[in-house]
Amino acid sequence: MLEIKNLHASVEGGREILKGVSLSVKPGEVHAIMGPNGSGKSTLAGILAGRPGYTITQGAVTYQGQDLLAMSPEDRARAGIFLAFQYPVEIPGVNNMYFLRMALNAIHRAKGEPELDAGQFLKTVRAKLKLLEIEDDLLQRAVNVGFSGGEKKRNEIFQMAMLEPRLAILDETDSGLDIDALRLVSNGINKLRAPDRSVVMITHYQRLLDYVAPDFVHVLSEGRIVRSGDKSLAAELEKTGYVGVGA
Amino acid sequence: MTDTAQALVGDGYKYGFVTDIESDTAPPGLNEDTVRFVSAQKGEPEWLLEWRLGAYRRWQKMTEPKWANVQFPPIDYQAASYYSAPKQKAGPKSLDEVDPELLKTYAKLGIPLHERAALAGVAVDAVFDSVSVATTFKDKLGELGIIFCSFGEAVREHGELVKQYLGSVVPQGDNFYSALNSAVFSDGSFVYVPPGVRCPMELSTYFRINAAKTGQFERTLVIADKGAYVSYLEGCTAPQRDENQLHAAVVELIALDDAQIKYSTVQNWYPGDAEGKGGIYNFVTKRGACRGARSKISWTQVETGSAITWKYPGCLLEGDDSVGEFYSVAVTNNRQQADTGTKMIHLGRNTRSTIISKGISAGKGQNTYRGLVRVQPKAANARNYTQCDSLLIGDRCGAHTVPYIEVRNPSATVEHEATTSKISEDQMFYCRSRGLSQEDALGLIVNGFCKEVLKELPMEFAVEAQKLLSVSLEGSVG
Repeated sequence: MLEIKNLHASVEGGREILKGVSLSVKPGEVHAIMGPNGSGKSTLAGILAGRPGYTITQGAVTYQGQDLLAMSPEDRARAGIFLAFQYPVEIPGVNNMYFLRMALNAIHRAKGEPELDAGQFLKTVRAKLKLLEIEDDLLQRAVNVGFSGGEKKRNEIFQMAMLEPRLAILDETDSGLDIDALRLVSNGINKLRAPDRSVVMITHYQRLLDYVAPDFVHVLSEGRIVRSGDKSLAAELEKTGYVGVGA
Repeated sequence: MTDTAQALVGDGYKYGFVTDIESDTAPPGLNEDTVRFVSAQKGEPEWLLEWRLGAYRRWQKMTEPKWANVQFPPIDYQAASYYSAPKQKAGPKSLDEVDPELLKTYAKLGIPLHERAALAGVAVDAVFDSVSVATTFKDKLGELGIIFCSFGEAVREHGELVKQYLGSVVPQGDNFYSALNSAVFSDGSFVYVPPGVRCPMELSTYFRINAAKTGQFERTLVIADKGAYVSYLEGCTAPQRDENQLHAAVVELIALDDAQIKYSTVQNWYPGDAEGKGGIYNFVTKRGACRGARSKISWTQVETGSAITWKYPGCLLEGDDSVGEFYSVAVTNNRQQADTGTKMIHLGRNTRSTIISKGISAGKGQNTYRGLVRVQPKAANARNYTQCDSLLIGDRCGAHTVPYIEVRNPSATVEHEATTSKISEDQMFYCRSRGLSQEDALGLIVNGFCKEVLKELPMEFAVEAQKLLSVSLEGSVG
C-alpha cells in the first residue's frame, strides 16, 4: 500500500527535517507514529499529502505502486489518500455540505464513477452520520468557520467517512480534545477501520492509543524512526518518556 | 503556471468573436453635426435634439475626472465613431423581421431572443452597438400596463414620460462622461411600471458592442410608480480587439412612494489581454432616486470585465424611510483596473443604506473601492452600514479602500468595516487535499468570499456569475 524508503526532506531553502525515514504500511494496518515536538511528524504527514513548501532531497515514496511524490495533492486525494489536518482550515462563505459534495464528486469523476445528485448525497451523509453516531449540526455552517477545536476534528473524521480513503493520515487528531471529544473522534476512527483501509496516526500522546489500538508503533526522533514495535511500545513510552526509548 | 492553467487563460474570454454584419456607421469625430446626425437617425423630436445640444455644449467646457485610481493614455474623442447600427428595416415589427445574423449572435451569447426559446420568466431587450434590435415579451407585459421597450421607441411612443424623467437623476453636467452620453446617447432600454403593479418577470437588457472604433453610449431609464416592483438585469460583452473602446452609459432609476427597484449587472466586457492590450473603458454613471416615501433601490453588480471600470452606482434617498442598497463584486486580473463603489446620499428622515463591497485582485490588477456616504442636515435618524472586503491573489496586485463619510446630522449612525486578506496557501492545499483541482479550489474560495453579494442576484444570473468569477481568475494561481 505505502512504501517510504530513506526519505530525506527539508523546508524549502531551509534545514533538513526528515533524515532517512523508512516505513511500510500494508492494507488494513494501523500505524502510530509518535515522537517529541519537532521530530518531523507533521512534516511527514504533510509530505505524504503533498503539502507545498518542502524539498525532497533523497529517497522515494510509492503508493499502490505509483510514485507518490510525483502526484499533485488532488491526484493523491483522488487515488484514496486522506489527510486529517492538525489545524483544519477555515473557508468563509462555503457551505460544509457543498464543499463535501464537490470533493466527493471530484473523486468520483476521477475514478470514472457517476457523480452523486443532491438526493443521493444526502442519503450517504445520513448513513455516515449514523455510523459515526454524530450530529449533523456542523453541516450547514461554513467550512470550519467558528468551529471549536473539537468540532473541527470531528468534521475531519466526518470528511474521512464520506470520502472513504484507502490511506488515512491523521495528524494529531487527538490534540486539543477534551475527553468526550476524544472518545467521539476515536470511536469514529474505529468505525472506519477496514481490511482495505490503512491508517497512519500521528500523535504526541499515548492516550489516543488507549482508544484506537494500533498494529504498529514507531518512534520518530530528529527526523528518523528510532524504534518500532507493537502497541506495547506505546506503554513503554508512557513509563520512560521519549528519552527512555533512545529518542 | 501549469499548462492547463495557461491554456485556460487563452480561452478565458469566450465572447470575443465579431459578427459580420453590414452597419451604418457615422464617420469618426464629434461636433454639433454629429449630435444632429445621431438625433436625425433616430427621428427625434426637437426638444430632445435641443437637450442633446445643450449637453454637448456643457461637455465641451468640461474635463475628464482625474481623481480615480486608474491610469490610461489620453482618449482622442475625435477618433471614435459615435453611431453604428446594423442595417435593417427601420424598427422590426416582430422577431421574424430581425436579421438572422443578429439572432445568431445572441444565441451564441446564450441569449435566445425567440420567445418560445427564451428563458422562462425573463424578458430581454437586446442592444447591438448603438441600437436596440429586439425586445421580447412586450405584449405580455403590455397587458399589465408595463412599458418595456428600446429608448428610441420610448421617445416616440411615450415622449411625455421620457421628457419628465430624463436627466432628473443624473443631470447632463453631472460629470464629463454623463455629459458626453447625454449628447450622443444612441439607444438603451426604457421601463415604466404603473402604480401597484408587480412586474411578473425579470426584465433584462443585453448589451453587445460589435463594431470597431465605436463607442457605446446607451441610456437606461427605469421608473417604478407608486407601489410598483421591478427587477432588472443587464449583461454586457464585446469582441476581443486590440484597441480600447469606450463605453459611457447612463442609467437612471426612479422609485416613487412604496416602490422597489432591484437592478443587477453582470459586466463582462472584453478585459484586454494579459499584457493589457485592448479592452473596454467602462466609464458609467448609474444613479437611482428613491423619490417616494418607503421606496427602495438595490444595486447588485458583478464586475469581471473591462480594462478599466469607473463606476459608482448610487442612491439619492429623498423619500422618508427610503432604503438604498449596494452589493458589489469587482474582479481585476492581469492588468485590469477598477475604481468602483457607490454614493449613498441621505436626504429624507429615517433613511437607511447598506453597502457590501467585495474586491478581488489577481495578476497585476488594481482594485479600488471608493464610496461616499453623506447624511444631509434634514436626514434625521439616518443609518448606514458599510462593509468592504478585499481579497488578494498573488503578490503583484493591489487593493485600495477609499471611504468618504460626511455626516451633517447628529442623530445619524454610520458604520464602516474593512478587511483585506490573501488567499492562503493553506486554504488552497486544504481544498486540493480533498480532491479539488486548483481551479475549482480557487473558484470555491472566491465564491465563498463573494457569497453575501451573489445571493442578492436573481437565480438565473447567480449561476452565471459564479462561473464567470472562476473563468475571470483562471490562471491566477499555480
